[in-house]
Amino acid sequence: METIRFTLNNKPVTLTTEKDRLLLWVLRTDLALTGTKYGCGAGLCGSCTVLVDKKAVRSCHTTIGDIKGKEVLTIEGLATEGVLHPVQKAFVDHDALQCGYCTPGMILTACSLLHENPHPSSADIIRELDANLCRCGAHKRILEAVQSASKELKGGF
Amino acid sequence: MKTSPGLETDFMDNLPAPRIDRREFLKLGGGVFILFSVGDFSTFTEAQQSQRGLPTDFNAFLRIGEDGRVSCYTGKIEMGQGVNTSLAQMIADELDVQLDVVDMVMGDTDLCPYDRGTFGSQTTRSFGQALRAAGAEAKRVLVELASEQLKLSVETLGTENGSVFDKSNRNNRVPYARLTQGKRIERHLSQAAIRKMPSEFRVMNKPVNRRDAEDKVTGKARYSADIQLPGMLYARILRPPAHGAKLTGVDLSRARKINDVVVIQEGDFVAVLHQYPDVAEQAFSAIQATFSTPPSVVNDTTIFDHLLSVAGPGQVVSKEGDLPTGERASKSVIERTYRDGYKAHAPMEPHTAVANLEGSKMTVWASTQTPFPLKDEIVRGLGFSPENVRIITPYLGGGFGGKSRNLQAVEAARLAKLTGKPVQVAWTRQEEFFHDAFRPAAIVKIRSGITGNGSIAFWDYSVYFAGQRGSQHFYTIPHYSTRSFEAEPGKSGHPFATGPWRAPANNTNTFARESQIDIMAAEAGCDPLEFRLQHLPEGNIKSVLKAAGEKFGWKPAKGPSGRGYGIACGTDAGTFVATIAEVTVDKRTGDVRVQRVVCAQDMGLVINPSGATIQMEGCIMMGLGYALKEDVRFKNGEILNENFDTYEIPRFSWLPKIETVLMDNKGADPQGGGEPAIITMGGAIANAIFDAIGARVFQLPMTPERIKEALAKK
Repeated sequence: METIRFTLNNKPVTLTTEKDRLLLWVLRTDLALTGTKYGCGAGLCGSCTVLVDKKAVRSCHTTIGDIKGKEVLTIEGLATEGVLHPVQKAFVDHDALQCGYCTPGMILTACSLLHENPHPSSADIIRELDANLCRCGAHKRILEAVQSASKELKGGF
Repeated sequence: MKTSPGLETDFMDNLPAPRIDRREFLKLGGGVFILFSVGDFSTFTEAQQSQRGLPTDFNAFLRIGEDGRVSCYTGKIEMGQGVNTSLAQMIADELDVQLDVVDMVMGDTDLCPYDRGTFGSQTTRSFGQALRAAGAEAKRVLVELASEQLKLSVETLGTENGSVFDKSNRNNRVPYARLTQGKRIERHLSQAAIRKMPSEFRVMNKPVNRRDAEDKVTGKARYSADIQLPGMLYARILRPPAHGAKLTGVDLSRARKINDVVVIQEGDFVAVLHQYPDVAEQAFSAIQATFSTPPSVVNDTTIFDHLLSVAGPGQVVSKEGDLPTGERASKSVIERTYRDGYKAHAPMEPHTAVANLEGSKMTVWASTQTPFPLKDEIVRGLGFSPENVRIITPYLGGGFGGKSRNLQAVEAARLAKLTGKPVQVAWTRQEEFFHDAFRPAAIVKIRSGITGNGSIAFWDYSVYFAGQRGSQHFYTIPHYSTRSFEAEPGKSGHPFATGPWRAPANNTNTFARESQIDIMAAEAGCDPLEFRLQHLPEGNIKSVLKAAGEKFGWKPAKGPSGRGYGIACGTDAGTFVATIAEVTVDKRTGDVRVQRVVCAQDMGLVINPSGATIQMEGCIMMGLGYALKEDVRFKNGEILNENFDTYEIPRFSWLPKIETVLMDNKGADPQGGGEPAIITMGGAIANAIFDAIGARVFQLPMTPERIKEALAKK
């Protein structure tokens, strides 16, 4: 057992647990944040994506020890005071989802990209999102939503 | 065109009967209730006799509550297809209320009357039409109530925005909420209820954004795995390494040593459970088990010969004219065999369920397309009485037909009963691939002939193991026969479970038919679009083909033209669809890149043009997978695809330019929308590949290896 401190959705968190536990399960069970989804358990689908220090990581392949002292943002922490983040809003406006199961991972991966590269080309977006899987086939609209969010954000992520 | 009404639901036709416990229904309080039924009434009556005490005279209802909110209770479920939005649009329009006062209560077996399940693109075309009539009836009842209250005749009253008003004095109005207060009025839907005409639509046939989007972008939307109950245990269940394998020995001593792990063993059903899923996983890894696997010669290569060897005598689906006469009239005869491998559903959310036994009442939250049949499975399988089992269906993370099977939910209920604790069973991706009921491997054999003047003389079509849906051609052919074959009774066909996969059978049948039509067009020296138009009577298919051609900017040319253009058309769930694909093929590597897809669809009245377009786009994207990459590999009963690295599904880098056309046909009844546009993807891409490289692939998926093979044979 180890005491692990980190920031979760802009609030400090202290947990006493085994440091090699997977972030995905700690988020979903200990912290009851179920917006982060299990999809494949092998880092192959992106459903479990969260942001760690503003970078997209696969929480099924990240231990709680790995995030010690870092800033973790899950889908639940993206909207501020009930106002949707521009990326979330763009997904709603473009109907860029169907079953919605891959959506949190898609949105957070897009946020990570826009943070690094505020004006991505369509090819940049496709490259960044290529390892995030969507079975319903919402790809066209997700791409359009990310393009529109990048315009809305004007580089000010 | 020949159609047979039974073809659309070629599975699950023998399901048990509708029911709702009237005591539950009465608990719902006041308001106006419109009770209505969808489906074959004769089966209801039969059921009524076998289930005395339970009313079976309706299977959905609409309630206008005392607060003015409108609720629809239906056994249908939301799995991404958008019916949560489109059904609400129908109610809002027929009732003259705002969309945001409509609540959909879906897939809860205690609250909603019986429904067979959400499949076959039936929600809009069957259920939706009855729902609209119920809305119209509810409005009629409300106007009658207002007429009593306002002391005005019904003819002088109008409705808008949740109120009844006096047409001669619009300020004299009464909101629905006031009309329903303190009352409980039940009406059975009369057959005479009049739905709105298209010219009266306010909400229907207008694009509306998804109503579930905000919950889904914020992480608030609850899926089955997100149901977390106090004291809940996560289960991992021991699985055989191969289909047909039997457990011969199991050592659970190491698993038992892990703190707080609950170990269950009942015959060959072995599970470990813990309050943390990761600890359950550790305990699972500590299980030592041995299995015996019977030898099997069937694998993903030999399966086609195996299936043909066990095929029964088959049945005639349709027939006209005389094949030998057609053959004598032919200048050339083309005989081809098409093959299609097994496909996985691979929804992003694996099968998941949470079960909780409180006293004698079992409640199960499940990712299921068939909550009522699941309830019956638990009643029968685990010995519960029907009133003591409740299924609640949260959002589904995709279904595509695969969640019509509910093994995971029965497992969760069984474990909740055995442990006395709430239990979550969430399949791993590996379990999802192993236990999936795949789209069946299938073979289609076609012999067809063409006359000296380029018209199709005969068509002899045999489909093996795919099913009949989509097997009947719609072209003008004087002599034809369509037959469908399954396994001979007593012989085993597929080595594992198969089941409905988005537009069951139709993907395979349309691939084969449209490939063969293209071959004949090339044989006749005719442009493939022109050839199809020449062989089609005036009607919906001809119209969608022309619309797709116009949108694409089709210029006639005999195939192969080198341009990489391919056409396919078909019909599914009452909807007509035509697709044109443009591909480039790397002849050296065999890689195919689909550059552009144009799809035109006639689905009658379109309830939500935005939702319908999204479904078409989804079908096109998902269809790329079965056409080019998806193939379940197996040997000795082992499924070799265990995750997305070995079972590749379409991703962003595959995205073609997608253009869709929805035909304006709002005078016609609405038809299916979730499935049709996927059926043409295999054929359109096969034909485009041929047009690009002059070589044809006769087996799905059309992998680079198969394309290189086809080029080598050219």
